[in-house]
Amino acid sequence: MSEKKYLIQNFVPVTASELLGKVQDLKADGYRLGQACCTKLQEGLEIMYSFDKDHELLNLKLTVGEGQELESISNTIWHAFIYENEMHDLFGVKFNNSVLDYGGHFFKVAEPTPWNPNNEERKAEQNG
Amino acid sequence: MGKRTIIPFGPQHPVLPEPIHLDLVIEDETVVEAIPSIGFIHRGLEKLVEKKEYAEMVYVIERVCGICSFGHGWGYCAAVEGLMKVEVPTRANYLRTIWHELSRVHSHLLWLGLMADAFGFESLFMHCWRLRETILDMFEKTTGGRVIFSVCKVGGVRKDVDNETLGGIVDGLNKIKAEIKGLTDVFITDKSVKNRTLGVGVLSKEKAMEFGAVGPVARASGVLQDMRLTGKGVYDELGFEPVIEEGGDCYARTAVRIREVFQSIELIETAAKGIPDGDIAIAVKGNPDGEFVARMEQPRGEAFYYAKGSGSKFLDRMRVRTPTNQNIPALVQMLQGADLADVPVLVLTIDPCISCTER
Repeated sequence: MSEKKYLIQNFVPVTASELLGKVQDLKADGYRLGQACCTKLQEGLEIMYSFDKDHELLNLKLTVGEGQELESISNTIWHAFIYENEMHDLFGVKFNNSVLDYGGHFFKVAEPTPWNPNNEERKAEQNG
Repeated sequence: MGKRTIIPFGPQHPVLPEPIHLDLVIEDETVVEAIPSIGFIHRGLEKLVEKKEYAEMVYVIERVCGICSFGHGWGYCAAVEGLMKVEVPTRANYLRTIWHELSRVHSHLLWLGLMADAFGFESLFMHCWRLRETILDMFEKTTGGRVIFSVCKVGGVRKDVDNETLGGIVDGLNKIKAEIKGLTDVFITDKSVKNRTLGVGVLSKEKAMEFGAVGPVARASGVLQDMRLTGKGVYDELGFEPVIEEGGDCYARTAVRIREVFQSIELIETAAKGIPDGDIAIAVKGNPDGEFVARMEQPRGEAFYYAKGSGSKFLDRMRVRTPTNQNIPALVQMLQGADLADVPVLVLTIDPCISCTER
């Protein structure tokens, strides 16, 4: 009987400046990006990148402030553009140097950053 | 270099049951680039976690998809159970596995029908869907529902299925097995069908890994990846081994799903014979505090369920990442170099579920 790999979680904290280097290392080590997502915190946003190798998870986590810009990992892992555009459209996270930036038109949302009312762009639009 | 033209494909197209848009940059009749757009039906279901208690949220997550709804319910429960360190009774795990594999049979039969429709084989489409009805009848008999079952809950399952009914399901599956074989042989051996699939939309093993392909798309390219190998459910006890093909083309993706139909029937038969007596759920007390990432092997591939709580009855975050979401970048790669006439069939071979993707 195989071990219960689904119980292995591996949450690894990283900083914004470490992120790109860490992602490059993981890719070189044969890891696959499974998903990335954002969670609204009381202060700022938590971003998580989930990687898989041989059915074991590794989750990179970092916290960013409102308005803080992050370097896109899509130049290293191309398909990350899907998740980065989603995080931008729903939470207002800005990614620099993306391989495919939809400029806020990936999701057809009724209002900007619907899952992050503190976003500055959203406030600016609402204030006319 | 020939003249370049951009052809919009979707969001409404006869081959697409749900909306996705592709800008196809073509040179003569060959696709040189494809740019995807989604978001036409974004529902924001994850956001409902703020209004639904964690035990009720399973009903919302089941509605992410009308085809693999059971698996979404199980994935959500697995995330919360992992977070709350809940050990599910063995009988519940067997029942979950049986319903999940029945869902795979019904999903793949549905897809085979859509595939037949995509290359213009109407009668094959109808026969695939006729057989799928048999599976829906089995769902109705065991859960009361044909599409949304609501039998999965945090801590186990809501309904038991007696061993006689399970035996009836196995008999029913064995009765239609020969018919399924007759239909699937057409996909595998018919010359006109093979003309549309063999060598079309090849995704190499290296590309599949690089672009993060999941599910039958990855396994058809020779990638050993199946979340049923992670020890969830009772797959270890059933002796599960993933179906792998090497071709990486539309034919291989079809062959993987066909072999998985028969494999799922065998898994159900083994599970129905080995299911132990016992409880089907345990009482779950307290509120979720912490975080957990669960993954399921849905019929279309790996799905993510991330739950985060801080001790209240409402989760702080529920994230669902569905297989189609991950396979869209791989599709974009497959389309490069494809003939324009092959695009509809090629798009269909990732088994796109856009409602899932939009959540």
